[in-house]
Amino acid sequence: MRDGWKMLPKVLCAMSLGAAVGVSAAAHAGGIDKQDFNQVERGHYLAVVADCAACHTLPGSGHDLAGGRPLETPFGTLIAPNITPDPQTGIGAWTDDEFVNALTKGTARDGTHLYPAMPYTYYTKLSRDDVLAIRAYLNTLPAVHNAVQVNQLPFPFRIRASMAAWDEMFFTPGAFRPDGRKSAEWNRGAYLAEGPAHCGACHTPKNFLGADKRGERLQGYALQGWFAPDITNDARRGLGSWSIDDIVAYLKTGHNRTGAATGPMSETLNLSTSHMSDEDLKAIAVYLKDQPGQAASAPAAPDRAGMKIGGQIYADECSGCHSGNGQGAAGLFPSLNGSPVVQQTNPTSLLRVVLRGALSVGTRKAPTAPAMPAFAWVLNDDQVAAVVTYIRNTWGNAAPAVSASQVGKARQSLAERTD
Amino acid sequence: MRAAIVKGGIPWKPGAGDPPEVVRPGGWKYFTPQEAKTVEAFVDRLIPADELSPGGKDCGCAVFIDRQLAGPYGRFEGYYMAGPFQKGTKEQGPQSPETPAQTYRKALAAFDNACRTKYPGKTFVELADDQKDEAIKGLEDGSLKLDGSDGQEFFKLILKNTQNGFLADPIYGGNKEGASWKMIGFPGTHYDYRDWIDKHNQKVMLPVVGINFHPNWTQ
Amino acid sequence: MALKLPHKDVAIIGLGWTGSILANELTDAGLDVVAIERGPWRDTATDFPISYAQDELRYRIRHEMFLRNSQMSVTFRNNTSQTALPVRTWGAFMLGNGVGGAGMHWNAEFWRFLPSDFILKSHLTQRYGASFLPTDMTIQDWGITWDDIEPHYDAFEYLCGTSGAAGNLGGKIQDGGNPFEGSRSRPYPTPAMKQGFGHALFAEGAKKLGYKPFPQPSGNLSQSYTNPLGVTLGQCTYCGFCEWFGCANYSKASPQTTILPVLLRKSNFEGRTDCEVTRINVDNTGKRATGVTYVDTSGAEFEQPADLVILCAFSLFNVQLLLLSGIGVAYDPQTGEGHIGRNFTHQTVSGGLGFFDKDKYNFNPFVAAGAIGMCIDEFNGDNFDHTSVGFVGGGYIGQVQTNGRPIECTAVPPGTPAWGSKWKQALKDNYLSTINVGAACHASMYSYRDNYLSLDPTYKDRFGRPLIRLTIDFHDNELKMSKFLTDKYTEILKAMGAKQTVTHPRKAPYDVTEYQTSHLNGGAIMGDNPGNSALNRYLQSWDVPNLFVMGASAFPQNAGYNPTGTVGALAYWSAAAIRSQYLKNPGPLVHA
Repeated sequence: MRDGWKMLPKVLCAMSLGAAVGVSAAAHAGGIDKQDFNQVERGHYLAVVADCAACHTLPGSGHDLAGGRPLETPFGTLIAPNITPDPQTGIGAWTDDEFVNALTKGTARDGTHLYPAMPYTYYTKLSRDDVLAIRAYLNTLPAVHNAVQVNQLPFPFRIRASMAAWDEMFFTPGAFRPDGRKSAEWNRGAYLAEGPAHCGACHTPKNFLGADKRGERLQGYALQGWFAPDITNDARRGLGSWSIDDIVAYLKTGHNRTGAATGPMSETLNLSTSHMSDEDLKAIAVYLKDQPGQAASAPAAPDRAGMKIGGQIYADECSGCHSGNGQGAAGLFPSLNGSPVVQQTNPTSLLRVVLRGALSVGTRKAPTAPAMPAFAWVLNDDQVAAVVTYIRNTWGNAAPAVSASQVGKARQSLAERTD
Repeated sequence: MRAAIVKGGIPWKPGAGDPPEVVRPGGWKYFTPQEAKTVEAFVDRLIPADELSPGGKDCGCAVFIDRQLAGPYGRFEGYYMAGPFQKGTKEQGPQSPETPAQTYRKALAAFDNACRTKYPGKTFVELADDQKDEAIKGLEDGSLKLDGSDGQEFFKLILKNTQNGFLADPIYGGNKEGASWKMIGFPGTHYDYRDWIDKHNQKVMLPVVGINFHPNWTQ
Repeated sequence: MALKLPHKDVAIIGLGWTGSILANELTDAGLDVVAIERGPWRDTATDFPISYAQDELRYRIRHEMFLRNSQMSVTFRNNTSQTALPVRTWGAFMLGNGVGGAGMHWNAEFWRFLPSDFILKSHLTQRYGASFLPTDMTIQDWGITWDDIEPHYDAFEYLCGTSGAAGNLGGKIQDGGNPFEGSRSRPYPTPAMKQGFGHALFAEGAKKLGYKPFPQPSGNLSQSYTNPLGVTLGQCTYCGFCEWFGCANYSKASPQTTILPVLLRKSNFEGRTDCEVTRINVDNTGKRATGVTYVDTSGAEFEQPADLVILCAFSLFNVQLLLLSGIGVAYDPQTGEGHIGRNFTHQTVSGGLGFFDKDKYNFNPFVAAGAIGMCIDEFNGDNFDHTSVGFVGGGYIGQVQTNGRPIECTAVPPGTPAWGSKWKQALKDNYLSTINVGAACHASMYSYRDNYLSLDPTYKDRFGRPLIRLTIDFHDNELKMSKFLTDKYTEILKAMGAKQTVTHPRKAPYDVTEYQTSHLNGGAIMGDNPGNSALNRYLQSWDVPNLFVMGASAFPQNAGYNPTGTVGALAYWSAAAIRSQYLKNPGPLVHA
């Protein structure tokens, strides 16, 4: 996994928000029956699955899907556009076909190419009916007048025309085709995960041009200062130790027997997966559990002396919550014993949580939202490396040792972050 | 409005909280060199070096007191310091506007003067150990009067501060390397005793640790 | 000139235990609620994490979590012949501050009062005759009965996951629990905490003397627990840094660990921290609260209009705000007129040391929790015949040692020099083999004509408002009771095998420098008619029906137990009345 890209500083958008809030009399041609509330509700649900709000709603603005939120990408910052029905600054004047093209072909109304920060490479799997349902829902939103200057990327990335070549190399448009050998449930899960829920957009490693590495699907990717973990069925690093129920509980509530969601996944939980039906979550779980993982590799056994020290640090600083056996407390302190996050080859998320602390997500069904405290002030790089290596290799866990210099780099890059 | 609004979820941001500042010995932040010498000699009598533990000076008790006096404690920060200041009953508690830092400054000077009078020409530091003990007892029982300062109150203050420094977490500059905790059998800042609650009348076999003191974390 | 803010349905003053309970109940009822808290937001992982929560100097000796006297303090005198002087730093009691209030750092000793405590005056009069009581004792019935409040004790216990062993289930006495407790409808939500050697030894000693010891009910939990709101607490790890400290592993019941995660997610709740309410505003009839005025950290003043005001600022500050806002009539001890400030009480605690043979006894005092301990209740309330003892009241007696923190727990036998090598030797010889319980006898303080709260004529807070003045001293009744209980405690220490005991009954005069729990009560008491109380049985102000006043200020007198269980239960009881009666028909709930 290449990590040669520097994080460019986020450019905060200068937004002019002269919002004229009201229901827009958006006038455009058919394909949608505006009176069909089933269609609208279905579209609302799909918009939640597709998590449009995560990018297109600026938190705290009070204006749903009116754009303006900066998105951190390895190539620079983009600002998500306004997708309310406003005719001038939103998509109110777009035809249905233009909207369908945007989601499934990655082209904007004027024919320019979208950047794949808009995950059209995934939304292409959506059926036309589903895209139109989303459109029907979007049409019901208050039209917000908010002009967004989307492209904040530096040269040369800001040249959209280059996306034509990118699409040529990396994008295969086309709706989802069910696999006849698999169950209906599996196919539903595949449709959701590879389509609207676009799990791979965060969880699939990417090449140096930001395209998915197809051969390593869902095996984890570093972004925004975290490492979105492997969500294949890999025994250690993926979902191998989680049952279907565990996955459903996690996606529904943010917590299960052994894990707790934090970081960007908290937002996905709050805006998207916690609102999905149990059936759909189960389908996604069935699909993910059927994804093969990386080739199994036994990591090198860690240094004994370091493990001894790590064990002492663990006893003094960690066992008060995570217990001596690493099993924590269900719904409160994640079990480190068997934890995929702990055993990811890339330790970015683990180091972030240990150094900086983290608040886990609170949802209606699991409101507690316990937080991990920050240990950066009391543990130096050697000590973090020792305790993290210890938990990665105890109680049957096995993962590569973490070095003090890895910790030092993580500490430094975290110092530059404000989130 | 200069208020924090708490709404919509549990507030959290990186860097919230207030880890303690670890005292590093070296230099004095409040005491003059002479005061420092006096206090070092004083704490070494209150807590003499013996087979049970190093003396008060080597345990860092004078450093502890110095840093405390230089900080919020020394200036009664957080106290109600509005007047009028009137003397009340013992049960109404201390009513003097004189802060601990001010008390030490006045009393240490007065104490040296009292020593020079009682042990002609010698400051406290220059006395032999048994004379030092005698001078301290004089403060304690009131027989050694301090000019402009209450000797017995000062003795209570320095005794309390010294013993606090001896027994507090080593991050504050005293209790060097957990000396007092090792002496009494307090294992320190461990947080998980679930394995020990049922082990009645058995010695707890855990290394002595403090907030920033973990000799068990190195080889 | 105060900036007037948009209207809210409810303004809650203070976001501690009762503020959190009322906010949650009233937001559930669909109301738009704002809670105004003078202290800061605090939470586990950010403010009391496992890497530095266990700091005795910072949190116990310098009491960093508590209200700074420079922000607000009180004045004190023993009687009206003295001039009250400021409490310049806390001593006899330590007052909470910040979100969670003292609930964030309490021991979590989680008791119910006795059924007879709620009808104390009637009960004692019936049993012993009216002339049995001292003439200046002003105890009263509360206006509620055990049956009224029991379901709400239950609710609060199940909110917190309280760990205990039931002693009376539905009228049937249970082995291992408190045989004197009032009938419970349900067992405790989690089993009793484990006990250390010193606590278990007390139980043995107590049994030898014919008593029935039981584990102290604890809001530090014996096992992980999810409460009815869906919030999960952890298992206590017996760290010994409990009271005065925040809990680093979510195992102490507090507003943070039981209610706030749910409350804060609600769109109809807003908390404002670092804002101090300076008065409750009433209209020109004086009978209707219009909202509150508060000040933020920049000194800017705001007026928050509200239809319903709930005062949850802690007993002393409840009374101070009522007096400053001109609500009710200030109590005059000379004439006996007025109820605001009347029947002020604290707690009568005593205890001491048991020194044991260091070669035979190792108590590991540092392996402990805030509400650990084995207790007996034979001498509480009216659980025993007072005919010939010369006092009324009582308390539980327990080995409730919560810690072995070195600065606090290095007591040495009498005669040991205060410093030097012999002092060190005594520390070493006694630390592990000493039972050290300051509040082993945790007993009632009944109310008297001359113990009361009022506004100080001289000393002001930082806004120029008068401080609340405490006029309080011990009476013979409590001193006799304390001697009686302390002697019983000493007997048990000896039955345990102590080679030397150093116990002290409480002595007069009341000393504001000696810590004796923070259980301050009364001053805005509840009762059955406006002629004898400030609040009706639902904690509604008789004077201002859209004002409810929570907390131990409602207690007509204190009982022989820690008050928080009852404070929480009363909050639930009041909230239920507001939801089921007041909201449907705002106005006085009791027409006396």
